Amino acid sequence: MLDLSLAQVRTALRTRKVSARELARAQLDAVAALNPRLNAFITVTPDLAERHAAAADAALARGEHGPLTGIPLAIKDLFCTEGVRTTAASRILDTFVPPYESTVTANLLRDGAVFLGKANLDEFAMGSSNMTSAFGPVANPWTRTGDNRPLVPGGSSGGSAAAVAARLAFGATATDTGGSIRQPASFCGIAGIKPTYGRCSRWGVVAFASSLDQAGPLARSVEDCAILLGSMAGFDAKDSTSADLAVPDFAAACARGVKGLRIGVPREYRSDSMAPEIEALWQQGVGWLRQQGAEIIDVSLPHTKYALATYYIVAPAEASSNLARYDGVRFGHRAAGEDLIELYERTRAEGFGAEVRRRIMIGTYVLSAGYYDAYYLRAQKVRALILRDFTEAFRHCDALLTPTAPSAAFGQGEKMDDPVTMYLNDVFTVPANMAGIPGLSVPAGLDAQGLPLGLQVLGRPFDEETVFAVGAAIERAAGFTHRPSIRAGA
Amino acid sequence: MSYVVEGSSGPWEVVIGLEVHAQVVSRAKLFSGAATAFGAEPNTQVSFVDAAFPGMLPVINGVCVAQAVRTGLGLDAQINLVSRFDRKNYFYADLPAGYQISQYQHPIVGAGSVEIELADGSTRRIGVTRLHLEQDAGKSLHDQHPGKSYIDLNRAGVALMEIVSEPDLRSPEEAGAYLRKLRTILRYLGTCDGNMEEGSLRADVNVSVRRHGEPFRTRCEVKNVNSVRYVMQAIEAEAKRQVAVWEDGGTVGQETRLYDVARGATRAMRSKEDAHDYRYFPDPDLLPLVLDAAWVAELGRHLPELPDAKRARFMRDYGLPAYDSAVLVAEQATADFYETVARGRDARLAANWVIGDLFAAFNRTGRGIEDSPVAAAALGELLDLMADGTINGRIAKDVFELMVETGEAPGAIVESRGLRQVTDTGAIDAAIAAVLTANADKLAEYRSGKDKLFGFFVGQTIKSMAGKANPALVNEALKRALG
Amino acid sequence: MSLDPATVRRIGKLARIRLAEPEVVALGAELNGILGWIEQLNEVDIDGIEPLAGAAQMALRWRDDVVTEGGMRDALLANAPDREGDFFAVPKVVE
Ligand SMILES: [Mg+2]
Ligand SMILES: [Zn+2]
Repeated sequence: MLDLSLAQVRTALRTRKVSARELARAQLDAVAALNPRLNAFITVTPDLAERHAAAADAALARGEHGPLTGIPLAIKDLFCTEGVRTTAASRILDTFVPPYESTVTANLLRDGAVFLGKANLDEFAMGSSNMTSAFGPVANPWTRTGDNRPLVPGGSSGGSAAAVAARLAFGATATDTGGSIRQPASFCGIAGIKPTYGRCSRWGVVAFASSLDQAGPLARSVEDCAILLGSMAGFDAKDSTSADLAVPDFAAACARGVKGLRIGVPREYRSDSMAPEIEALWQQGVGWLRQQGAEIIDVSLPHTKYALATYYIVAPAEASSNLARYDGVRFGHRAAGEDLIELYERTRAEGFGAEVRRRIMIGTYVLSAGYYDAYYLRAQKVRALILRDFTEAFRHCDALLTPTAPSAAFGQGEKMDDPVTMYLNDVFTVPANMAGIPGLSVPAGLDAQGLPLGLQVLGRPFDEETVFAVGAAIERAAGFTHRPSIRAGA
Repeated sequence: MSYVVEGSSGPWEVVIGLEVHAQVVSRAKLFSGAATAFGAEPNTQVSFVDAAFPGMLPVINGVCVAQAVRTGLGLDAQINLVSRFDRKNYFYADLPAGYQISQYQHPIVGAGSVEIELADGSTRRIGVTRLHLEQDAGKSLHDQHPGKSYIDLNRAGVALMEIVSEPDLRSPEEAGAYLRKLRTILRYLGTCDGNMEEGSLRADVNVSVRRHGEPFRTRCEVKNVNSVRYVMQAIEAEAKRQVAVWEDGGTVGQETRLYDVARGATRAMRSKEDAHDYRYFPDPDLLPLVLDAAWVAELGRHLPELPDAKRARFMRDYGLPAYDSAVLVAEQATADFYETVARGRDARLAANWVIGDLFAAFNRTGRGIEDSPVAAAALGELLDLMADGTINGRIAKDVFELMVETGEAPGAIVESRGLRQVTDTGAIDAAIAAVLTANADKLAEYRSGKDKLFGFFVGQTIKSMAGKANPALVNEALKRALG
Repeated sequence: MSLDPATVRRIGKLARIRLAEPEVVALGAELNGILGWIEQLNEVDIDGIEPLAGAAQMALRWRDDVVTEGGMRDALLANAPDREGDFFAVPKVVE
């Protein structure tokens, strides 16, 4: 039963083949069994799940149901949840219990979801491997064929992705600042969408880089993502950057097909260093879409190659300011200090891990007197050029197809020597954040070592429907039915 | 001669610029729905946005935007249809986010000006560089505990307008006049209540000194001075300090200082010792603030008449002297009171009564224009009683005192106390006859050519009639009697 | 541009993160590596380009001037590491 898709288990609940409580208990048992190995959850909330499930059963008994009534979900521990500890995987928030519920999670609760607990992540969502969590790394449920050494699930939404892939939840919330939904989706063989900037409210989500952060779902199918996004999204007057637009029927868009769509293949995403099997999978994806009636167009995004370096100015700059509030005064961890400055300095030195400290330092530096123009202002101008590239490309095509990540999942502890090596994980995903456009990762195949690889579909701002249509077409063609070795019921 | 500080080596000119923080009149804060009222219990007017809790986001209060625009219009300033919010980053106990949302590069209001009047009757136009919207910080209490400071965030996030002047001011008097005038304009507009004791209006004073004709020297900023008097004192103290430093062969360093009222001197601020690098950048939680030109024009059309215009009108329409006009327009409420009294009456007489008798009554009773012991309509009625001859000017003074004491209407006072002016010529003739009889010696002197005694007889007659005689009738009758 | 230890210390001060002396050197090397890599942006011709601060292409929406929050002191102070009565408390600050 835990192996069903979200859409399938929803039918099972509605037809009363299973009760929400039975489902929640089965799911919690699976979490209890596998979380010690995967470390996908920082906090498991069995009592909360029972309460939500009981409410769902009561609703179902009355013949009422929302889009998600009774569906067990994992919540990335970056979303504030009322009365439930929210850590951002940081020691500095190890004791923080929010007195409010984020808009996105409140929307999910409104629609009947059952919360299993808070999923692990890279500290403050800064990372591509989940190695930076103060609560320990997450293991990818997938392992290389004939090799049991733990691999990373990607990041920063690694706990969410691992939980969904290992059948510990039917879906999960995640956030994506530079690829944090799509890269872990690719590494864990599941689907995930970063919607258009402004589609999901950022209210109540611990901020990393405000102009880039966007919430989105992770799930085992494109349709499941569409169902979840339909609940998560929507205008929120509490977020000044929230778009006042109606939420389309994303799930319906999955069935549209791609006939007559023009799909752009950006030539700058191709490089000599790209792994041949990723290149091959990409070509395969192009072929699938062509077979289903799409027109394939060669497009150019000339500033793509600068997106990652731009990101590593913009994101740390915003983060250095966003994380100033973690000062040991009103909430969270506090270290002792003789005076206030010492208190601040010790609190923040102890409370933040190495990667977070590194990014705060970079961000502080690039904004500091004498360097602003050379770094931050220049980055904003390059960002304008990146957006202009996409705008131009979307005059000629309806969506873009690229690989999601430059590699499959790698081993825990690999790529840790040089920060830039780790940053390169996001080379294909970051441009969408810079431009604010939607991006979906779909599992499309396995590499030679038996690890999943994803393809990325990018779309026009607020045209997630086309993105879902293209993603679902790839999903159908790929027929990806592989499962990870570590999973509930295995 | 203009203001100088006399040093041992000669005179020094003082150069002053003011950064005034004016609390915007609004119900809720600039970026949150918490209340702004003064004097609430600590930490009760705080939202999670104000306290910078994780995931909290700012949403701007439209009324605060309108208030800033109205203030800009009132300062004859450029209104920028596109402005932006930046973050000013620094750590402080009462700054929860670790940054203040402010407008650095693109303020909502650009250059404008304020005209000040000086004691010698001259006026000067002082440049306003800009006005921008920003958040107030919370309050630290340092005297509640031997080892701790307490933080109250009620004020955190309240909207402020920072109004920056050009370094155009040259004396404490000018700075005082500028601050008072600015306060008057803000109060007219209703965009700031101007209450300096409650901290609604605070000034950071930039002071430097130079010898005549020199370029500017290094300035120091005296922070958070909260009365006009202290601003003037702080300038004088700081200017003298700087002159002494320069004349001793030293150098004035750019720094932030505080004015110590008890010592009458400024001192360097410990907590601002390390030079700040505020790392301003556009706040990514907010989008550009875009104003509709038609909306701005509409606000402009509904602006109240401002003090300068009102003063000009008072001089023109009521024939008042410049000084009287300035006194009457200093507070909108006084000007309104005056106009209610003056409407359809002798406007100069009305001004004399308001500035003279009414203000004197305020001093005596400790009350003011807002809770005046005499209503404008009642004072008007008193003037009417004089105009139609019911009472004379002398009795009017007595009636006014009774109005202040009892709150009764002047007509009622006149009737109940029999103060109606006597216009019965028979009674006046009789009174004159009695006075002339009683003062036969004076009458003889008058007849022998001492004309000045005429006034004496008028006074005696009125006095004998308990002040109630109509002076004009007495005059006429006396002329007849003395033939 | 490269970060010498004095600059690293100054940035640490600005960011209010205490840096132990050995960290200063190691962090300086890391930051220099990242900044060196970022310098590729100098190749980009940005003449006449308007800076882009964010991806949201709209103007700021305004709120009504209505009091909607407040009177929740206990919830506000519940997470405070040091609470004194109705206040947050910090080591004494000298102004
Ligand atoms: Mg200032
Ligand atoms: Zn200010």
